[in-house]
Amino acid sequence: MSSLIQMLKPKTKAQTATLFAWTLIAPAALCIFLVVVWPLYETFRLSFTNSNLGTLMGGADFVGWENYEKAIGGRKFPSIVTRTFYWMFLSVGLKIILGLIGATLLASNIRARGIFRALVMPPWIVPIAIGCFGWLWLYNGHFGLLSSFSEMVGITNGPFSFLAYKQSAFYSAVVTDVWIGTPMVTLFFLAAIQGVPKDLYEAAYVDGASRWYRFRRITMPQIMPTVISMALLSAIWTFNSFEIIWILTEGGPRGATTTLIIDTFKTAIFSYKFGAGATRAVLVCLLLGVFSLIYLTVLGWLGKKYGYEGVQK
Amino acid sequence: MMDKYSLLHKIGLYTSIALFITFMLLPFVEMFIASLRPLTHLFSRPDVPLGETMSFVDFMSRFWSDKMSFQAYRDMWVTVPQLPRYIFNSVFLATAVTFFSMCFIVPAAYAYARFDFRGKTTSLTLFLAVNMFSGAVLLIPLYKLLRLYGLLNTYWAMIIPGVAFLIPTGIWLLKSFLEKIPYELEEAAFVDGASRLYTLRRVILPLAVPGLIVVGVAMFIGAYAQQFLFAITFNQDRDYMPLPAGIFEFIGYQRVLWNEMMAASLVGILPVLLIFLFMQKHLISGLTSGAVKE
Repeated sequence: MSSLIQMLKPKTKAQTATLFAWTLIAPAALCIFLVVVWPLYETFRLSFTNSNLGTLMGGADFVGWENYEKAIGGRKFPSIVTRTFYWMFLSVGLKIILGLIGATLLASNIRARGIFRALVMPPWIVPIAIGCFGWLWLYNGHFGLLSSFSEMVGITNGPFSFLAYKQSAFYSAVVTDVWIGTPMVTLFFLAAIQGVPKDLYEAAYVDGASRWYRFRRITMPQIMPTVISMALLSAIWTFNSFEIIWILTEGGPRGATTTLIIDTFKTAIFSYKFGAGATRAVLVCLLLGVFSLIYLTVLGWLGKKYGYEGVQK
Repeated sequence: MMDKYSLLHKIGLYTSIALFITFMLLPFVEMFIASLRPLTHLFSRPDVPLGETMSFVDFMSRFWSDKMSFQAYRDMWVTVPQLPRYIFNSVFLATAVTFFSMCFIVPAAYAYARFDFRGKTTSLTLFLAVNMFSGAVLLIPLYKLLRLYGLLNTYWAMIIPGVAFLIPTGIWLLKSFLEKIPYELEEAAFVDGASRLYTLRRVILPLAVPGLIVVGVAMFIGAYAQQFLFAITFNQDRDYMPLPAGIFEFIGYQRVLWNEMMAASLVGILPVLLIFLFMQKHLISGLTSGAVKE
């Protein structure tokens, strides 16, 4: 016993620091372990069982790869995966483009800049669910603003329910997702733009560079690290985006907005097929992991070739 | 000179900003207008003959009525008697989540900001990797965990997952604030014989108050925003329901009371909007300071 205490007793200054630091981190780490790490392991384990409502607390049978075979071999699986990635690329792409435009506008030297900046933030501040209720009303076919507007300008003839048709429901959900995600992207791009050294612009200006040229050759390369890391973060969140689709369409009509995360939720929580649901959850993690890895590798390689700084830590 | 714009540039700039902000605020404006309109007006359509496009006057008549009033803001409390409870629950849950997450965040952020120790980078990366997993992926085992400890259908069912998913971002944000506090102050305290814990409490924390407030507000907003998923899966008790889940009660079997639903939504977001209004300057600069390379 005494030797154990002797062993744990810090000897050098560095060891004291390490011990103290870890003591401070321990509560947070423990919390994450309980709520994220252990559930992750448990999800993995459950994905090989036929757990359901009756056997959730124990007693489920081990079924090997059966869930995976069923999930991946399912008739709808390929289209769900394609849809999820399409949803992610489209939505993140739009968020990045809008974010860049918004940040550039808000960084410009105009009056009342502060007010404009604050006015852009509400979609991000307000609970996602409540923002979605607003969009639910906007998309309403008979009485919604968007339907009436498209009637007035002649895009549609008569009332049009945006969430009732496969194509329009999907793109409507994308618009709402972009609406919710853009403010944060804008805010971080704005900060990055403001961090670009002023003298770079002045030097270019003296040399007669146009605004567009300065944006392309100074702003973009300088904020590239932020764009790269924001895009990845945004991609992960969009891939996992649940509330927006759930409130707007619950994955419908006829599965047109069912992404992997919606499919996971439906299988696990609505059909009580916990094993099969866990399998889908594992697949979500795997796909996201593979995507992040490819993304970082390709950008690292591009960075070496073209001299970007790569992903910001 | 460089930042001067020609008139044409100026017009373009302001128009673009106006468009951008319109997109961001349109749903709120429409929510507000809908909340003012009586239900009969909400559910009326101008008679547009088949094959003809709607005229501008007809279009505007959809969003304007002489009978507009704040009646829905009175009626909603009658339609959903539990409404005050839902709003209270939302604020209470967000406050509790903020409080508990700060208890975890402050010591950990301090450790990352101040000490060099084995496994620092690895553990920080692992913390940030938590962002990879949304709550939706981990619902099943979380449900199991909460049921095992009898916490389903309590406030804890929504507080515990809420806290955990905010910790990583909180550590990362607060760390960049604490790093800006000069190290000499601590050294001076050490020299005077103060313990590490005493230094943290009496030297660092008072200096870190602005940072703590910004991170706290960010956590509150995050906690307020993320209630829906955990509420609909881990809680069936109406007494503990937060507003985003409770608002579904306006969707009846017969019809949706859109005006009251919009009114309740707007009242429900008032707490965060007010906090944001007062804090926005600090919040915007504070949130982004960590994102920019020095």
